[in-house]
Amino acid sequence: MLKLIVCIKQVPMVSELPWDSRTGTLKREMADGMINPACKHALEAALQLRHRYGAHITALTMGPPMAQECLHEAIAMGADRGILMTDRRMAGADTLITSFTLARAIEKACPDFDLVLCGCHTSDSETAQVGPQLAEELDVAGVTYAEHMEVHGRTLRMERESDDFLETLEMDLPGLVTVTTRKYTPRYAPLTGLYDAFDAPDILTLDADALGLDPKVIGMKASPTRILNVRSATAEKENIVLKGAVKRMINTLFHEFGDKISGAMGKDLKTHDHDDEEE
Amino acid sequence: MNKAKSSIWVFGDYRNYFQNRVTLQLLARAREMAPRIGAEVCAVIFGHDLDEYVGEYIAHGAEKVYALDHPDMAEYRVGPYVTLMTAAVRKYEPEIILVGATDFGREFAPRVAKRLRTGLTADCIGLEINDDGLMVQTAPSFGGNLLADIVTPEARPQMATVRPGTFQELPHDYEASGEVIRLPLPDDLPRPRVRLISAERLPQREQRLEDAKIVICGGRGMGSKTKFKKLFELARLTDGEVGATRPVVHSRWSDPDTLIGQAGRHVSPQILFSFGISGAIQHTAAINDADFIIAVNKNPNAAMMKLADLAIVADANQFCSALIRALKARIRD
Ligand SMILES: Cc1cc2nc3c(=O)[nH]c(=O)nc-3n(C[C@H](O)[C@H](O)[C@H](O)COP(=O)(O)OP(=O)(O)OC[C@H]3O[C@@H](n4cnc5c(N)ncnc54)[C@H](O)[C@@H]3O)c2cc1C
Repeated sequence: MLKLIVCIKQVPMVSELPWDSRTGTLKREMADGMINPACKHALEAALQLRHRYGAHITALTMGPPMAQECLHEAIAMGADRGILMTDRRMAGADTLITSFTLARAIEKACPDFDLVLCGCHTSDSETAQVGPQLAEELDVAGVTYAEHMEVHGRTLRMERESDDFLETLEMDLPGLVTVTTRKYTPRYAPLTGLYDAFDAPDILTLDADALGLDPKVIGMKASPTRILNVRSATAEKENIVLKGAVKRMINTLFHEFGDKISGAMGKDLKTHDHDDEEE
Repeated sequence: MNKAKSSIWVFGDYRNYFQNRVTLQLLARAREMAPRIGAEVCAVIFGHDLDEYVGEYIAHGAEKVYALDHPDMAEYRVGPYVTLMTAAVRKYEPEIILVGATDFGREFAPRVAKRLRTGLTADCIGLEINDDGLMVQTAPSFGGNLLADIVTPEARPQMATVRPGTFQELPHDYEASGEVIRLPLPDDLPRPRVRLISAERLPQREQRLEDAKIVICGGRGMGSKTKFKKLFELARLTDGEVGATRPVVHSRWSDPDTLIGQAGRHVSPQILFSFGISGAIQHTAAINDADFIIAVNKNPNAAMMKLADLAIVADANQFCSALIRALKARIRD
């Protein structure tokens, strides 16, 4: 039976900016957590592999205690068990240190895995780096944006689109893939599954001590990158607002931005309206 | 012994040279940053039959090119490329490495950074040298709603991947001269654990949404399928392409192919028109490369309006019709 590990991250559920323009900080605590959407595709891929070949699926996450919720949801979708790595000292890790820490948990809790599946990126920091770096850290084969996965003995065959090429690849197992969001549409967790997942969840919680990790090698302090500041991207934009009669607004649009539009269209435009010329 | 001059390396990603000039764009930016830290600008390239690219890199600003030219390296393969790059970096110790945020670059760079135990900032949209001589890397997060300025104070090299189109390439100068350093193919390269069985170039669609200079994106606020169709007329007039949000695709006002967002396509037009779209992050994550966003929404407080360069408070459908009429009157034949 295949042993699969799916790495999932809890991210803030934001449709509004999680940004307090008054204090200039992230309103993280205000945003509800949800499973990072791309990670759900990875979980779905694991569930489909299990359906075809039989597998045991471990969902793994690192985060604050609240991140346990996304393990419940993963179990409700069909994962067999969850592992939560939570430790204040792990907070603020960049991708280098996150992949290091995830690897230590995998070695501790599931050393004989066949395949690690990761989402291809997260909706909050969007680096897409943890997957490839985790493959390096575990010293196994790795492929990004995998789709159409098939297991043949000790190899995984898959396709992917990469820079305008459609590639077919074969990878030795154990290995790691990040899963495309173009295939593997995540299933909904059935309500009964959700109840069960909250009733008797099989979740193992690990901290730095359980992993035998020196606090000096984890978290923000160990991370080579430093965030100097975070600012709102929208503040960089002029964000001109137009209101009023449609005709007037259209005149303004062509008057102010006609050259820009004409350039992008590759067509010559009369950007100055008749009305303007009279003014 | 005198210390070797510090250097900025640009990884030569040439697989789609004619479509994607990010390597040349990075050489141009490296040229601007180099004097601030007294560095020389180098390109590094692996593959086979590389002379043409080596020449192009020198013509576009590389003072030195490290080239490994060998038939065994003809295929783009992340595993061996990572091994070669890591070895070259250990030997020549560049201060900064820049990699284009192509699919290949986004897989290659994190693994190189990992082996070198250094920092890497993904998908940067800005690079500056600060007064401490550190490279400040500006990266978007939360679907482009926030920008983070990131440095790597101690670990070396400093590494960044950079979105194509962020910087302008220099005009070529085929008179420019540069030094070419040939790298040998090591004979102890490990057997690759990932094997390429086949690779076909994807058929080029006539104009892909991803390549369009104008994208006209419509959301639920367009009102109905019939009204949504007007966007196709606007697209014909502007030589643009139509994109859609998820509710639009779910209601079958437009093809699934036109979906823009986390579950769909990622666009980077010069101008993005956004009609009747609320601006949920699952959608906006895929439009933050747009140069100029014009949003039309009846709700001035919609998140999309905050993201726009130009926010037009109006009925989306009515404005679209008026824009079509105005364009027809203004296009000079
Ligand atoms: C896992 C996941 C993945 C997703 N992936 C995607 C994705 O890839 N792409 C995507 O688009 N969405 C995606 N979504 C959905 C996304 O969260 C939003 O629901 C969606 O983008 C909203 O589309 P909309 O803006 O068209 O509709 P709405 O949110 O309904 O917004 C309509 C907007 O139109 C305005 N409006 C209404 N009437 C008018 C009028 N007459 N004139 C002008 N304005 C008007 C309203 O003020 C409102 O702002 C995803 C969601 C999830 C959970």
